[in-house]
Amino acid sequence: MSWEPVIGLEIHVQLKTRTKLFCRCESGFGAAENARTCPVCLAHPGTLPVPNRLAVEMTIQLGLALGCEVAERAVFHRKNYFYPDLSKGYQISQYDEPLCSGGRFSVPGPAGDLEVGIVRAHLEEDAAKNVHVGGAEGRIGGATRTLVDFNRGGTPLVEIVTGPDLHSADEARRFLQLLRQTVVELGVSDAEMEKGTLRFDVNVSVRPRGSSELRTRTELKNMNSFAFAAKGIERELERQIAIYEGGGEVVQETLHFDPSRESAPPLRSKEEAQDYRYLPEPDLVPLAPPVELVERLRASLPELPAARIRRLAADVGLELAEGLVTSGRDALFDRVPGDRRMVANVLMNQLAGAGVDPTSVDPAELGKLIEARGRIPRSVFGEALASSGEPGFTAERYLGEAAISDASALDPVIERVLAANEAQAAAYRAGKEGLLGFFVGQVLRETGGKADARVVSERLRERLQA
Amino acid sequence: MAISRGEVLHVARLARLELSDAEVERFREQLSAILEAVGKVAELDLSGVEPTAHPLELSNVWAEDEPQPSLDAGEALASAPDREGHFFRVPPA
Amino acid sequence: MTIDTLRLTAEEAAGLLERGELSAAELHAAYRAAIEERNGELNAYLTLVERVEGAGVPIALKDVISTRGVETTAGSKILAGYRPVFDSTVAARCRAAGFPLLGKTNMDEFAMGSSTENSAYGPTRNPWDTTRVPGGSSGGSAAAVSAGLAPWALGSDTGGSVKQPAALCGIVGLRPTYGTVSRYGIVAFASSLDQVGPMTKTVRDCALLYRAIAGRDPRDSTTVDLPEPVELPERDDLRGVRIGVPRELNEAEGIEPGVSAAVSRALDLARELGAEVAACELPRSVEYGLACYYLIAPSEASSNLARYDGVRFGLRAGGDGDARRMYEQTRREGFGDEPKRRIMLGTYALSAGYYEAYYGQAQKVRTLIRQEFAAALERFDVLVSPTSPTVAFPLGAKTANPLAMYLSDVLAIPPNMAGLPGLSIPCGLSEGLPVGLQLVGAQFAENVLFRVGHALERAVGFDVVPRRLA
Ligand SMILES: [Mg+2]
Ligand SMILES: [Zn+2]
Repeated sequence: MSWEPVIGLEIHVQLKTRTKLFCRCESGFGAAENARTCPVCLAHPGTLPVPNRLAVEMTIQLGLALGCEVAERAVFHRKNYFYPDLSKGYQISQYDEPLCSGGRFSVPGPAGDLEVGIVRAHLEEDAAKNVHVGGAEGRIGGATRTLVDFNRGGTPLVEIVTGPDLHSADEARRFLQLLRQTVVELGVSDAEMEKGTLRFDVNVSVRPRGSSELRTRTELKNMNSFAFAAKGIERELERQIAIYEGGGEVVQETLHFDPSRESAPPLRSKEEAQDYRYLPEPDLVPLAPPVELVERLRASLPELPAARIRRLAADVGLELAEGLVTSGRDALFDRVPGDRRMVANVLMNQLAGAGVDPTSVDPAELGKLIEARGRIPRSVFGEALASSGEPGFTAERYLGEAAISDASALDPVIERVLAANEAQAAAYRAGKEGLLGFFVGQVLRETGGKADARVVSERLRERLQA
Repeated sequence: MAISRGEVLHVARLARLELSDAEVERFREQLSAILEAVGKVAELDLSGVEPTAHPLELSNVWAEDEPQPSLDAGEALASAPDREGHFFRVPPA
Repeated sequence: MTIDTLRLTAEEAAGLLERGELSAAELHAAYRAAIEERNGELNAYLTLVERVEGAGVPIALKDVISTRGVETTAGSKILAGYRPVFDSTVAARCRAAGFPLLGKTNMDEFAMGSSTENSAYGPTRNPWDTTRVPGGSSGGSAAAVSAGLAPWALGSDTGGSVKQPAALCGIVGLRPTYGTVSRYGIVAFASSLDQVGPMTKTVRDCALLYRAIAGRDPRDSTTVDLPEPVELPERDDLRGVRIGVPRELNEAEGIEPGVSAAVSRALDLARELGAEVAACELPRSVEYGLACYYLIAPSEASSNLARYDGVRFGLRAGGDGDARRMYEQTRREGFGDEPKRRIMLGTYALSAGYYEAYYGQAQKVRTLIRQEFAAALERFDVLVSPTSPTVAFPLGAKTANPLAMYLSDVLAIPPNMAGLPGLSIPCGLSEGLPVGLQLVGAQFAENVLFRVGHALERAVGFDVVPRRLA
């Protein structure tokens, strides 16, 4: 039987407001533990939440970018559970009346657009940070104590829930990368996985290809990079398929993916079924986003990355277009003159590899350099690219260093190389023509990369046929 | 509407309350009597009636995104039953 | 100058201060002396404040009101020793008005109760008869004002906790329109019902104190500004006032004959003063009000009391297991029976499978109650009934039976569910104990309540000094 993966995502994006969602403590990193706390976010008796208007607006803007409807009336609910990182004993979140719902997000793909349903995008507060200390590995299981820092507690998050519309790890990765770039370009979040300002859980199930049933799903928590997520999904798909093929049943559970062990052990089983006892937050009044506000936010949306990918794909192919846009390099790409595909390749491969900040590059100079790529030694080109972000960079300085294409200069080197590799030369002559590249590489090395590779291979071919 | 021993224990667990056996029985009796009385609301057919979450009909009450001073760490931790450095300390979670 | 704290009203005290006949420190000291003399038997105060901060009339605050640097326990062991690092908005407004704090008053734990017997720090006794309860949960504030231990005080009222103890101690108590007084810093019991209110000797004092604390607070999203300024009542007549007498609130089972008689006499006086008095109905509000309240308030309480977990403040017990164990031990030791009962009741009502039948249904009942009151208040300016079905009952009489205790608020609760203001004024004695008259108005109709309450207060001529202290 052939199996179809069914994948849905729950993404948490930390909003880039200056203050927390329900108090006016500064949010963000860098302060000493518990230095960004107040009676409200520490849940001192009698304190009350007051929503951050900007956080509401950012959520609406993000919802609009995801094609959602903005609710005429939205309500905050309390989600009740006990944990030391939750100061009030409940999280203020949204439940059956979220701010945004019913969206659709298109991800350009090789087989047409991938349409991902957005079930909802709602606003909620983040929990604080627990540090589990002591014990063998300092892991949750063996800790001797837990230390709590409430600085993050109460930071605004948008939770985005997709439909079960993704059907491979690669689709999930492409969706997430595009979503991330969208969020960043809207200016509502830094969405950096390393800092935890973008986090996601993955719901995974499989079904026989062609069927439309939804089977028991498992939840992969704590994904800390797109690559690990893809790996984790692949592994979980294999596990579920093996279970079904062995005649078993998948059990609904939450798995904690540990990239170092490349395994996903189940989280500690809950002592009782979770019952969050949602109730409408009586300390807050409903949100009723005025039409003018929603329309103003809609009008302020920039051109979204998905549209730019579609536009670029026609010139440079989907993969490069996707890479350029989701890395934010397409802004530079648009301004660098020259062959589109060549420019895209250089930007995505060499320039990225050299670690140059694309925003510091002079596009005209970079264009000149790329245009001369075939005419200057490879090492010189590399050197030039690496310094292309420096102030005052000019391509001119490097263009003078023409490649060695003079046969009289190259022949002695070629002779030396052939003499040193007689066996390979014999093999070539016996028909192993693939060895040409080997000789070209040797000559380039001998010349410190300054030889013109095209001339070298021509001369080599002549010499070897002789 | 009687409530069972098991339900009392379940609710106490959800609410993080430890009860002795005697307490479980006493609360079971009292809660059963109270639930019997409050269960009266079920008599009314209220389909089509909107719930009242709040006596005042307000909406869009919010504050601008402008930082106000936080507590200093001494104040934040002043009431903590236990601490370690600038952290609140609790038994392992 | 000798100060008779049993009789001195806040308004009179303010006059003495204004005219320089007395200093704030002297006034404060006079109350301190009275406290010294009588708090021992009454247990009205939990914490006393020595320092005199402010040049105005001193005040006592219920211990549910957070006061910076001054222990605030809400009558619970779980908050023993807790000193807030901030002032509640009402405490800050009292400070801004120059009212020096006398101390914090006793109360039922987390404001859950109707007798102040649920305090972790021992019951408060009724100044009229120390074998009886002062009512609750603001029993400490009521007893303090009644016994001359404070010229005025603040209480909080969720299901009658200002009105009922005011009635049982023979003083004036206002439960304001929901949303007119900030809840910021008021230890939460049931957020959609909690409201702080003045407890005073006269209706004019009540209006003065309400004026000082009311109005929108940016820290409380559920507050609004008063649509009109608070007026100090002057008139002695009730001409043009339409008074409704809801049958169900006046004929409910359990209303003592002496209570009914005192209320009838007050209504006769109202007619004499020119009011139109007529009967009306609130069929479902009274029949379902208590049930509705005992679903909504415990549900909200179960969530509001989740923050008492031994992590950031307050009591911690059981620190040698894991965090969960610590929570269970802390809450077991820290909470008394009534909070435990209500937390469990509320947790049950909100839990999976029960929400719609209980909490959801109660919220709809609340809509009916609002509608019924709104309709009655189209026809009448004020609705009148006893505040409490009984006069002060003996200590211990109802502690074994939670339901019997809950019935003590059966008349005070229905208007609270609709967010309406209610004023309780003493209207006479029954068996030598005070009877309270409840006046209910439309939202924001406090000025109407003050006018009617003031005129009736004059006509009734009730002596607020407990007989045994006179
Ligand atoms: Mg969430
Ligand atoms: Zn804060």
